[in-house]
Amino acid sequence: MSNHLNDITLKIWRQAGPNERGRFETYLIDQISDEASFLEMLDILNERLITEGREPVTFDHDCREGICGTCSLMINGQAHGPQKSTATCQLHMRKFQSGDQIVIEPWRASAFPIIKDLMVNRSAFDRIIEAGGFITAPTGGAPDANLIPIPKPVSDAAMDSAECIGCGACVAACPNGAANLFTAAKISHLNLLPQGQAERYSRVEAMVETMDDYFGSCTNHGECEAACPKSISIDVIALMNKDYRKAKFKNRKTSARAD
Amino acid sequence: MAQVLNSRGPVTGTATRAKKRRPFLLDLYSTAVGKKYVMAITGIGMMGFVLFHMIGNLKMYQGADDLNKYAEFLKKLLYPLAPKEAVLWILRGGLITMLVLHLHAALTLTRLNRHARPVKYQSARDYQVASFASRSMRLSGLVVIAFLVWHLLDLTFGAVNTVGADGEFVRAEVYDNVVRSFDRPVVAVFYIIANVLLGIHLFHGSWSIFQSLGWNNPRFNKWRRAFAGGFATVVVVGNISFPVAVMAGIVG
Ligand code: HEM
Ligand code: FES
Repeated sequence: MSNHLNDITLKIWRQAGPNERGRFETYLIDQISDEASFLEMLDILNERLITEGREPVTFDHDCREGICGTCSLMINGQAHGPQKSTATCQLHMRKFQSGDQIVIEPWRASAFPIIKDLMVNRSAFDRIIEAGGFITAPTGGAPDANLIPIPKPVSDAAMDSAECIGCGACVAACPNGAANLFTAAKISHLNLLPQGQAERYSRVEAMVETMDDYFGSCTNHGECEAACPKSISIDVIALMNKDYRKAKFKNRKTSARAD
Repeated sequence: MAQVLNSRGPVTGTATRAKKRRPFLLDLYSTAVGKKYVMAITGIGMMGFVLFHMIGNLKMYQGADDLNKYAEFLKKLLYPLAPKEAVLWILRGGLITMLVLHLHAALTLTRLNRHARPVKYQSARDYQVASFASRSMRLSGLVVIAFLVWHLLDLTFGAVNTVGADGEFVRAEVYDNVVRSFDRPVVAVFYIIANVLLGIHLFHGSWSIFQSLGWNNPRFNKWRRAFAGGFATVVVVGNISFPVAVMAGIVG
């Protein structure tokens, strides 16, 4: 049984381009099924704007099933909106009520410049991944599954980190605009597994220092964990900090040898 | 793409970049994670100080003689192996260094954070877990430092203490100086407020150190919050008991 929501006031950030001045614009929207996803509600708004000959709202989305990390949106002051462990694309209108006001803003961080309206450029994350978010392995025939034994708790922990979809909610939610949860998740995912050991310490040094070029610093508020659509724990940040400390000592020795 | 991010040379985990060689400690301190190590280590040092400062002052409850002798004893740490006040000055030097480093890291990291979000959210944020303590570290820290300045002027240098009948501030008369200071209600209230803020700073700080130093282990993780709450409470209750005791006439 689907119900309809009426009288929803949307306050949406509109900005024509990266260097334009933005402002909130208000739209009234009716007749939204509570089974619609949040992004479908925006689709409906856009269709109505287009029929009226007005400019549709630009927002990021792709898979719409919570796995690609493309959707974003600060909804009523919360990254990805009010539902825990849920990306915006998986948020549904049944979380809202008729008569609600919904304020929608883009992620805000100097590393995430606004492209248009609600869409931001998150390529700073790519810079961090390029710095060390990979392993070096020979290509060729796929190795047999389970060729390298990995204790179950270790593979579970690595999988929990690997869940990160790189959406940027951690940065958006962080009062300091820090990317520690993202970077730490990517580091722990590889640093916990046997395949990641060879580059473990060069990885953490390179990724942490690249992160520094773009983002703020962690003060352990915990907002990132609360906003993460995959509920990645700030435990990974402690692991990153520990590996970074070890890397500073180890890399110093190995680079002294290379001289 | 409309905006181009800072262009940079190749930095990867495999291709070692030719880095400017800096002395090791400076190199560590140049990153935000390294600065947080410094904040945490200096924070722990100062936590040790505030704890032992509070415990030492409990001698107030054993009477003027005990407290004054304790002050004298601090000057004679390791005496006669070391000259009088030598150890005390080493400790003071350490504390000043820690405070300066802690402040410098706080300042530079705050600046970094401002740069990371030059345009604030234009609508109200709805914070989920960030506490009042974690969000007011800078404020609580600054009140603590203002208090520290007052405290030294009051009880160490006597500049803002009310002098006794003899018309002179005598530093060694620790007990009388404390009583005279807290007999002024405004001073006592400021002291209490500053210590509550110190407690708030420590409530977040002594939890935060575990994360900053990478001390994370399922075996003790659930104790970290309790440790922080307990530590902050012990320090604050101990410290606040002094002005309360003076005002209530228990010490005086
Ligand atoms: C002088 C004024 C002070 C200022 C401006 C200041 C500021 C700060 C700031 C901004 C933080 C960072 C919060 C975070 O990243 O989580 C912090 C952390 C901390 N502070 Fe202070 N603070 C001051 C004095 C003190 C004092 C006197 C103590 C100890 C008695 C102390 C103990 C700590 C501890 C333990 C931490 C946690 C470090 C960490 O996060 O790893 N602070 N302080
Ligand atoms: S659109 Fe792919 S995660 Fe939301």
